[in-house]
Amino acid sequence: MKLSLGPVLYYWTREATMQFYAGVADSGVDIVYLGEVVCSRRHNLRLDDWLGLARDLTANGKQVVLSSQALIESESDLKTLRRIAANGDFTVEANEMGAVRLLAGRVPFVAGPHLNIYNNETLAWFAELGAIRYVLPLELARDTLRELQASRPAAMQGEVFVYGRMPLAFSARCFTARHHDLPKDDCQFRCLDDADGLALRTRDKEPFLTLNGIQTQSALVYDLSDSIEELRRFEVDVVRISPQSRNMPEIIASFRERCAGRPGTSLEGLRVAPPCNGYWYGLPGMEYRTAH
Amino acid sequence: MGSTVVTLCNLHNKCQHVSASPIMSIPELVCPAGNLPSLKTAVDNGADWVYMGLKDETNARNFAGLNFDAASAREGLRYAHAAGAKMLLAINTFPQGQAAPRWQRAIDNAAELGIDAVILADAGLMRYAARHHPQLRLHLSVQTSATNYEAINFYHEHFGISRAVLPRVLSLAQVADVVKNTPVPIEVFGFGSLCVMVEGRCALSSYVTGESPNTRGVCSPAKAVRWERNGDILDARLNGILIDRYAAGENAGYPTLCKGRFDVDEETYYAIEEPSSLNAMALLPEMANIGITAIKIEGRQRSPAYVAAVTRIWRAAIDAYAQNPARFSVHADWSSGLARVAEGQQHTLGAYHRKWK
Repeated sequence: MKLSLGPVLYYWTREATMQFYAGVADSGVDIVYLGEVVCSRRHNLRLDDWLGLARDLTANGKQVVLSSQALIESESDLKTLRRIAANGDFTVEANEMGAVRLLAGRVPFVAGPHLNIYNNETLAWFAELGAIRYVLPLELARDTLRELQASRPAAMQGEVFVYGRMPLAFSARCFTARHHDLPKDDCQFRCLDDADGLALRTRDKEPFLTLNGIQTQSALVYDLSDSIEELRRFEVDVVRISPQSRNMPEIIASFRERCAGRPGTSLEGLRVAPPCNGYWYGLPGMEYRTAH
Repeated sequence: MGSTVVTLCNLHNKCQHVSASPIMSIPELVCPAGNLPSLKTAVDNGADWVYMGLKDETNARNFAGLNFDAASAREGLRYAHAAGAKMLLAINTFPQGQAAPRWQRAIDNAAELGIDAVILADAGLMRYAARHHPQLRLHLSVQTSATNYEAINFYHEHFGISRAVLPRVLSLAQVADVVKNTPVPIEVFGFGSLCVMVEGRCALSSYVTGESPNTRGVCSPAKAVRWERNGDILDARLNGILIDRYAAGENAGYPTLCKGRFDVDEETYYAIEEPSSLNAMALLPEMANIGITAIKIEGRQRSPAYVAAVTRIWRAAIDAYAQNPARFSVHADWSSGLARVAEGQQHTLGAYHRKWK
């Protein structure tokens, strides 16, 4: 079972991003997803910078996949998307159907977690279009994964998001700019202030969600680290961990061990928030159940 | 209403470049029918299309006491056709794992009944419908999350979709750009409850309750709602999560989870969206100018009285526009009539107006 690192979902400074990926180059991940998935206004790294990073990571033995933006609204979004689709060197993860149109029948691609592949019929269609791997939508349970895996088309790989705050929703509205009472078009890039997103709590002070620009995430960290053996039994090919601003080397190392069938070091104290895993068990996503 | 007028002026100025080459079409009116009485009243009040769902998880308003069985669907279809209206069946949730056959049967039944079109969200179901019922007209559901013309054209090439309903995330200029670049007729939301998130890509409800629009056809389901009174304070909870807290004298609204007040950085406010609803009637001329084919009214879960009022008023507005496009303005009694049935206290132009974002 391979270990992948999802795209950085937050907006970090150029230096922080470069430093982060320098660490990733020496880490135990097999596959690295790169690119800006959330907001087209974020520009500390341009596409050429991402491509440069992709080449560096490839030279370090990583498989690199370019992730496309999850919400495409404007012609300029499409322009960037076309450049990503036509990059010629790296596999692309399509995160909405516009990207699929640009890739299907031309090059093999990864069908990302936001494409709504909920059933085997849809998965079969994606195989016909040239998808070589699909990422399970976050809200789906292990029972659904089992069915999808059991009937998956030949050579189709399965990937599951197993660690990180979950991207739960996208909007045209930027909730970070709204919090700072700024218009989205003049947001002053305030999401740079929150390396792991902006905490939203209920009025009785319970951590609930995380605001990350136009994306809304869970406050809790999805954690399937205790279910890796089960994922292996389902013949999942790749497990994905989603970047956070700190402790990533230790988290990657722990998952590396688990992927190799060994008990990894505990993630206690390494997560940015308490864990949840309800979706895996067909429960509300925010719930947590111990695997044993 | 004062602020609405100001924002409209901005919007008119902003959108002038959009309507440089007016296509001038009169949009059709697509109205919700949660049950047979609603369907009849929608037809009676001038809906061009009515849309409905079956009494199960195959549609995104899977609420208790709502929707149609085979007999009422047949009667609805007869009633609509007799009046020259058309009927749409929404099959707009996503079957999971190997569950597609149940949804496929719904498509078979729609074809057999002679439904005028089905609204589909799942690509696997579109593939099934296109293969097995090539004569059945397909509309791309808002739940498909197709926000750009590349995506819409892709569904068109593969499944021959006849119409696409746009998610409520695009500005009017962006909607115009989509219309210009696709052969697929475009339908947009004009009125009703407002999703802040891209439809079809929001798992907030399942995060809290285990059930979402995609998986079960519900958002913030009523069975998860609990009201708690502590002295003068009223708490609205969704599966235990405090969505809003009302002081004495405050109007309490249904705890849709994205429309509550939350704390961010010590500040308590509607962090995601106010409990407002969409009313884009003032944009009717622009919508017609850019070539919008149909305007959709949200609200299959609402009463026949709501359907009657909203359909009647929008019919009047569209007819007034068709009669004299240059002189169109929103009548005060239309606005007050819509305000009376709207959810929440406020109206918004939503994402059509760039500033909302």
